[in-house]
Amino acid sequence: MIEPADAVADAHRREWAFVLAATVRVAGDLDLAEECVQDAYVAALEVWTRQGVPGNPAAWLTTVARRRVMDAMRRSSTLRAKLPLLVEPPSDDPPPRPEAVPDDRLRMIFTCCHPALAREAQVALTLRLLCGLTTGEIADAFLVSEPTMAARVTRAKKKITGAGIPFRVPGPAELPDRLDAVLTVVHLVYTTGHTAPRGEGLVRADLTALAIDLARLVHALMPDEREATGLLALLVLLDARRGSRTDAGGRMLLLSEQDRSSWDRVAIEEGRELVFDALRGGRPGRFAVQAAIAALHAEAPSYEETDWEQVVGLYDVLATVWQSPVVALNRIAALSMAQGPERALAELTELADDPRLADYHYLPATRADLLRRLGRPEEAAAAYREALALTTNPAERDFLTRRLATL
Amino acid sequence: MAQYLILIYENEESYANATPEVFERVMQAHSRFTEQVPEHGAKLLGGEALQPTPTATTIRGDVVTDGPFVETKEALGGYYVIEAPDLDTAIAVGKLCPAEFGGVEVRPVMVFE
Repeated sequence: MIEPADAVADAHRREWAFVLAATVRVAGDLDLAEECVQDAYVAALEVWTRQGVPGNPAAWLTTVARRRVMDAMRRSSTLRAKLPLLVEPPSDDPPPRPEAVPDDRLRMIFTCCHPALAREAQVALTLRLLCGLTTGEIADAFLVSEPTMAARVTRAKKKITGAGIPFRVPGPAELPDRLDAVLTVVHLVYTTGHTAPRGEGLVRADLTALAIDLARLVHALMPDEREATGLLALLVLLDARRGSRTDAGGRMLLLSEQDRSSWDRVAIEEGRELVFDALRGGRPGRFAVQAAIAALHAEAPSYEETDWEQVVGLYDVLATVWQSPVVALNRIAALSMAQGPERALAELTELADDPRLADYHYLPATRADLLRRLGRPEEAAAAYREALALTTNPAERDFLTRRLATL
Repeated sequence: MAQYLILIYENEESYANATPEVFERVMQAHSRFTEQVPEHGAKLLGGEALQPTPTATTIRGDVVTDGPFVETKEALGGYYVIEAPDLDTAIAVGKLCPAEFGGVEVRPVMVFE
């Protein structure tokens, strides 16, 4: 027997996006739809307690939420006429074949991640509308005040209605760029949870789980999109070793120090299969290549026995599809393992001129590591101090401080 | 259908120093643009090119001053008004709009009911 309260909580986590997206279609207005979906969840707790949990909670919730929308529209037809409506695709098109109808959740995620919205607004809307997080929870996760986050969400919603951002899946011509924006948002949600810029705690761990849920959703809805497969592969593989990133005392561990026996083998196997799919058929995208790199790390018996030459080769491929100095820096770290720290330090010196890396703490941290391995402790110490001055995350600061002390 | 204003912001110096060939090219690009708008499911309602900002006069309250409202390197040099079903269509039209010495801004027109 499922407890009704658990069933409601479960339906909130699993079905929020489905119920809201289906309700938005009827309401044509995000705020009205959200309000009615919230009401439906409240009603569910009461009705399910009395009558038992329905066989299809999502369908039950959608029916109730849509009915509330209709009631609200009838009650205030004059008020509603003033509300700007979400733009819907024209309805006089011939009805598409059932299997060609895109899931409403897909329309919603493309609306949330529309390029006319600022990246931070895309992230906030995605967490609000797809994951059902409250504004307060999103504010906590991104370390801003609740009023700031509320204003950000409100502004973004106003732009969606005011500027006429459509509620639809983009056509083939726009799809690659638009999908990249969606995947970037999901990846950003994961890395926010993964690296925890300053804070720690539960909300952060939840973000990584939410990001994986989102990646699974996008992959399930667009199974032929290889970059969606690539992102899911990447997140699953990164997450497989999440537990080993810190020791019992919460101290950050390097890949070389992590206990590989604690890695989640089932997740690694899933990730590997996804990587194969993502790499198949033409030039791979940036998420697929990053996933391939993560897979090489995940399957290596030890840090030293990692196939470093192939890792460097994959970073070379990655650099052709994604010109980022951060990629170049990661490549140098791999190069130091494949061909030694001296060669890597020479390339790092060239890279250091890139202004985009001026405040990037991994640059001096990498230099410090190379100098330490080359037996140049004084220069290494200076580089560790430089890295410390740019680092805010307590676990990373602690790591750098420890390294500095061993010189 | 909603209306959108496509504001063309370009570097005025580029036009001040432009050769007749450049003007010819720009004019042709604009006439091609006006032909292409309907192909994207939008309708051109109007549009004008503006005289450069040294011809502008700004009025705040009772004070009349020479020059544009805000001095910027890239200034408003012209606009189109279009009708489009949604922002994606308006952006597609905006991408087509010639602005080789700058860029365009797409702004939805306010609707009062």
